[in-house]
Amino acid sequence: MKIIVCIKQVPDTKGGVKFNPDGTLDRAAMLAIMNPDDKAGLEAALRLKDQYGAEVTVLTMGLPKAADALREALAMGADKAVLVTDRVLGGADTWATSTTIAGAIRNLEYDLIITGRQAIDGDTAQVGPQIAEHLGIPVISYAQDLKIEGDKVVVQRQYDDRYHVVEAKMPCLVTALSELNPPRYMTPGGIFDACKAEITTWGRADLKDVDDSNIGLAGSPTKIAKASDKVRKGAGEKIVPDSPSDGVKYIVEKLAEKHVI
Amino acid sequence: MDFTLSKEHEMARTLFKEFAENEAKPLAQEVDEKEMFPRETVDKMAKYGFLGIPVPKEFGGQGCDILTYVMCVEELSKVCGTSGVIVSAHTSLCVDPIMTFGTPEQKEKYLIPLAKGEKLGAFGLTEPGAGTDAQGQQTKAVLDGDEWVLNGSKCFITNGKEADVYVIFAVTGKIEKKGRIMKEISAFIVEKGTPGFTFGTKENKMGIRGSSTYELIFTDCRIPKANLLGQQGKGFNIAMHTLDGGRIGIAAQALGIAEGALERTIAYTKERKQFGKSISAFQNTQFQLADMATKVEAAKALVYKAALKKQEYVTNPKVSYSVEAAMAKLYAAEVAMEVTTKAVQLHGGYGYIREYEVERMMRDAKITEIYEGTSEVQRMVISANLLK
Repeated sequence: MKIIVCIKQVPDTKGGVKFNPDGTLDRAAMLAIMNPDDKAGLEAALRLKDQYGAEVTVLTMGLPKAADALREALAMGADKAVLVTDRVLGGADTWATSTTIAGAIRNLEYDLIITGRQAIDGDTAQVGPQIAEHLGIPVISYAQDLKIEGDKVVVQRQYDDRYHVVEAKMPCLVTALSELNPPRYMTPGGIFDACKAEITTWGRADLKDVDDSNIGLAGSPTKIAKASDKVRKGAGEKIVPDSPSDGVKYIVEKLAEKHVI
Repeated sequence: MDFTLSKEHEMARTLFKEFAENEAKPLAQEVDEKEMFPRETVDKMAKYGFLGIPVPKEFGGQGCDILTYVMCVEELSKVCGTSGVIVSAHTSLCVDPIMTFGTPEQKEKYLIPLAKGEKLGAFGLTEPGAGTDAQGQQTKAVLDGDEWVLNGSKCFITNGKEADVYVIFAVTGKIEKKGRIMKEISAFIVEKGTPGFTFGTKENKMGIRGSSTYELIFTDCRIPKANLLGQQGKGFNIAMHTLDGGRIGIAAQALGIAEGALERTIAYTKERKQFGKSISAFQNTQFQLADMATKVEAAKALVYKAALKKQEYVTNPKVSYSVEAAMAKLYAAEVAMEVTTKAVQLHGGYGYIREYEVERMMRDAKITEIYEGTSEVQRMVISANLLK
């Protein structure tokens, strides 16, 4: 079985988001990590590899330093890595990104493609399903559990209060939730091998069946007017209840009043 | 000369840091208070290859270098001194001598499972009457047919009851050296469960309380002749070689403890308010922190240098790293003691309370000045080299 896992290197938002004066993300000021949903997707692929034997290829589009995320994936156990990088691909929105990634994937053999549900820097959850659409294969999103049965995948698709069991014949694409699997650590030996491993690097010319009008900033229909960090809306209210149960009662009343519950 | 870490080492540091924060730190307090050997953490370390970091892949290891191993012990010790010494004693004191002096059969039988983490290792040199004076050994081994028969006891053995494979030293005869009659010491590999090998007292320690420190007792303990490690009579050299490497591990543990205490103290002094401002705003605090950080940085340079020197030895056995190891351990251990003591002081009353990690770190730091050669022994090693 051949599995492709699409990953993204994202700024770690744990310590807060930092912006440049022009409103764009100050990526240099933030630590770069592998997107958590993608890491869970990679873990799912590695578990399938452990269980059934599979070749796992990780693929990312980004700046040359996104190779760090690929090396982390290799150190966790992925077999091959592909970096799609080219100046003309910069500034891509989800449409241009998915077009580019699909163009790269057309060069590869696969039975299953796994992407994260969404990236913590954009939170769109659009790229995975769009890749499937470009490639003309089925997609199952929001996977909280993933199994292989013969030539099909069986996925638990998560909803707020339930899950649906959905099957699809391979080749297909699954988008993974970070809850899918706690990702494994790298191994020290894996790190040393990953640092020596060759990363396949592709540019615009390597993309298959992709039109120039659908890539990079120019090929992105999304226009960002403004970006901002979350701001606190008010000072909040502090109360000192007579007992814990009084406190709970007060909070429940307030939440009901605001139609939160 | 280059102080920049390679990509490999940067990634390895990230790995060890994440592992230490997620797996070792949450248990550190309980490990200390209940004298609990962190078996769950050790099993996870085994799974991720932390118990065979500098061992070649052909022997089940990770094929990394000494610096990577040192960084593992350092990062673990930042949050849990017990976890740090478990890896150090296993790797430096059991894996290393078998890797260096073992026969192909011994490597196949013992090194591979040790490096894979399927088995845990320990080292038994110290006896009630033979600490710094390793010549004071009383444990004896006598060859009887195809077996060595061991009698005697070892004390203060790290990983004591939890280990599976032990490198044990015993007197196998007498030799004349420069007109003096001396004990001939040899090294052996002993497996847990061998009849006649039992455990005595568990030590109730000041620090590193989760590490399993036991007395080992050998009563007519028969082990195969093939379990002699290295040549007969070369035990003292094997012990000294092993301790040279072990000192780098303990230096890394001391460095980690000092770094951990410094990190917590920086955070605490920013939060703690007295006289209407953070105590980090007082010049005394600032100067103390500056001194602590400078000494930690110097210790790190010595520890990493010793690791690189031992790495040189791996490719060229003529290289000696004995002095570098002694300097690294001497300095890092004394810095660990000084920094953790200052950390407690800067925490004030809270530093004396168990809930605050610096209290544990100060207790953990003390042993680094004592085991695997006291600070005095390190000074002997260093000065002997200066005056030879």
